Amino acid sequence: MNGGSSAQAVTFALRWAPLFFLALLVMGFGALAPRFLSIENMGAILVQSSWLIVVALGMNFVLLAAGVDLSVGATMYLAAVVVGLGLPDAPVWLCVLASVLVGTCFGAINASLIVRLGLPAFIVTLATIFVGRGIGLFLSSTRIVYAGPTVSGFGRAELFGLPVLLWIAAAATAAAWVLLNRTPLGSYVRSIGADTEGARRVGVPTRAVTWTVYALCGAFAGLGGFVSLSQSSAASGAFGQGAEFLAIAAAVLGGTSLFGGRGNLWAPVIGAVLIMTVQNGLVMMNANPYAYPVITGSVIFLAALFDSIRSRLQAKLERHSIRPEPQPDQAPTFQPLPAETSTRGQS
Amino acid sequence: MTDKPARLSIEGLEKSFFGVKVLHEVSFEAHGGRVLGIVGENGSGKSTTMNLIAGVLPRDRGAVLLDGKVFEPRSRRESDAAGIAFIQQELNIFPNLSVAENLFLVRPPRSFSALPLISRRQMHNRAKELLRMVDLTVSPSTLAGQLSAGERQLLEIARGLASDARVFILDEPTSSLTGREAARLFDIVRRLQQRDVAILYISHNLEDVLHLCSDVVVMRDGRVTMRATTNGLTPNDLVPAMVGRTIEALFPTRETPALTAAPLLEVSGLGEPGVLEGINLQLAPGEIVGIAGLMGSGRSELARMLFGLDRHSQGVVRVEGRVLPPGDIKARMDAGVAFLTEDRRHEGLMPDASVADNMALAALPMFAAGGGRVKTAPLLSAIRALAQRLNLKSGDIRTAPIRTLSGGNQQKVILGRWLLRQPKLFILDEPTRGVDVGAKEEIYRLLAEMAQAGMAILIISSELEELVGLCDRMHVMRRGELTAQFERVAFDRETILRAAFGQGNAA
Repeated sequence: MNGGSSAQAVTFALRWAPLFFLALLVMGFGALAPRFLSIENMGAILVQSSWLIVVALGMNFVLLAAGVDLSVGATMYLAAVVVGLGLPDAPVWLCVLASVLVGTCFGAINASLIVRLGLPAFIVTLATIFVGRGIGLFLSSTRIVYAGPTVSGFGRAELFGLPVLLWIAAAATAAAWVLLNRTPLGSYVRSIGADTEGARRVGVPTRAVTWTVYALCGAFAGLGGFVSLSQSSAASGAFGQGAEFLAIAAAVLGGTSLFGGRGNLWAPVIGAVLIMTVQNGLVMMNANPYAYPVITGSVIFLAALFDSIRSRLQAKLERHSIRPEPQPDQAPTFQPLPAETSTRGQS
Repeated sequence: MTDKPARLSIEGLEKSFFGVKVLHEVSFEAHGGRVLGIVGENGSGKSTTMNLIAGVLPRDRGAVLLDGKVFEPRSRRESDAAGIAFIQQELNIFPNLSVAENLFLVRPPRSFSALPLISRRQMHNRAKELLRMVDLTVSPSTLAGQLSAGERQLLEIARGLASDARVFILDEPTSSLTGREAARLFDIVRRLQQRDVAILYISHNLEDVLHLCSDVVVMRDGRVTMRATTNGLTPNDLVPAMVGRTIEALFPTRETPALTAAPLLEVSGLGEPGVLEGINLQLAPGEIVGIAGLMGSGRSELARMLFGLDRHSQGVVRVEGRVLPPGDIKARMDAGVAFLTEDRRHEGLMPDASVADNMALAALPMFAAGGGRVKTAPLLSAIRALAQRLNLKSGDIRTAPIRTLSGGNQQKVILGRWLLRQPKLFILDEPTRGVDVGAKEEIYRLLAEMAQAGMAILIISSELEELVGLCDRMHVMRRGELTAQFERVAFDRETILRAAFGQGNAA
């Protein structure tokens, strides 16, 4: 009834803000560098985004459960080293399987430390960054690891007219969609993100869900490592470094909350494309390369700021309005429940 | 009753915490199609018993039989699967999930029984059906965060229905409901009864219990002190089994203070668009003034605004003639204003800190010794003295974590936190919610003493009894406005309720 339209407007704006921002960026870069708007470049942005989409999809699960995984960059590197060194001539499917498996195992280690020992995810995954990268550097003797011909060929291949890496990102998105919307995991994860203790009291298997979430995040990070390796054909010791922040920023920019519980499947996808659009646009503009980290940092900051503003707005929306809207010349009538005069989005 | 086994049979339950026995041989039965009321003071073991039945806590000894079969759940998940719905005082509704997702959180309907895939369509349709059963007129896809407290309570009950529960445990279900919502809840409980469900109904409201339940169990100090059918019982029959005294004795006798002094608190035209409008209020030293009204009428918002937790854009708040700027908590604390929030769990307590640490929190600046140090000895002796005055029942106040205290004693600690500052004006929002009869009486006595000593007290409560028993004057709030005022001599429950509900429409 009262204020419903303005509340709906805010909800609407919040939902579409990331896409709107993306469109604005594309137009802005297009105006500054006409080359930017070419079909080839648009396609290139999507292909460049594909590894980040995959990694951010995994991160999205962890963030929804009010956790964090800082070790995804190290996981990517470890997967790349295993594939590059261990399976130089293996068929692609085996390489994909191996990288996902490496990632899952690494995620499971994180999970067991977090669940079994009850340590904060932030500390655990901060530590396993060094463990993961350390093992990778040990295996590769700190030398650059090259992808085998099958893997690097795969990175340039096309399927049904589209780059095959895009198909991988799409498949990962579809898998995440099923997990989030068509299995109990989606609601479990969100309930834990909102109130872990409450979720346990209701009967959500919180420990098992936390396990699953970190293992999944690892699996997606491993796959992301494979995608990135097949794209660049080589992995130095710094491969995947900083990916954790880009992945978190992607999910948050797209609309998943750092505070847990709120977010959707498309958030990491849109956020990843957004970040890669910025990086690509800067290249197209011939911006000073030293400006990239500054701008990337600003984007991460913006993501956090946006999230905090959004949370505050949402909290405001959920507060009930007490006073009825002024209704001219209406006799005072009895309202059975005061709350029913409040704003409520019927969808 | 027939000769088939009871739906739920409790036999000799025992439980100890840290070597202290809190349940002694608790036994009772609950039958399908009947409502069993369970009453007792806080700390009498009601909640512990329910937690044992629902598998939240492990039991030391004794048995629970469900339809004649031994039942030993090791977690809430197991008891849920066995058909026990446990609706706790603290609601477990997730605001970020939709109504339907909340309903089917633990066991969503599947598309194919072999795969863990949810059928959204089935979920939506079944949610609609369940919502109709509890008279909730919201769409299943509404976010639960948009429901009012009362609607969330109904949603919890619908969740129990979703799991086809055989036993419903309702722990203090009406403590956050308005009168009308409570009536709706009673309707639903009666409908549940017809489904041959056994209902365990825990409440501090004895009249509700007698009205609604067919049988009643009274607990005191971890023992069952009375088991009876409710036919012909009155609250006064139950109270002796609970505490050993009568209701009338709860409130201290006090005389209306002679109002000679200038008002301590003056509020004129206070308002905030969409929340409050045109609030005028005066409080003199030594006065106890009550604010009555329904949940959601703006009572708590007024209190928060007076204390500066929320900002106001219209009107002026003066304490002792000085204007307090909107949203300035420090100015209020300096002016001698104290505020007890309604939400103990989220806004008041540091659960793992000691009683002393919790109490000292607001008064630390008064015991500052310079250089960031605290005068420990005077602080501690002040806390000791206050704890004694509050009749606080706890372990060592320096080491006992406050979470080990009963609800009533926790509330006393928070009261003590503000009293340590020796406030001139104390604003209390639901000071006795979820507090047992014994602690209630002590809190009332304490407030009366404080007023006698010259403190002005503004008290918000959903329990009309409490306001009538305690206040010198009472305002009634409705839709963000103070709509009526009553002097002590003119306190009349019906008129006050009428004012709270709106003209001539008292429910």
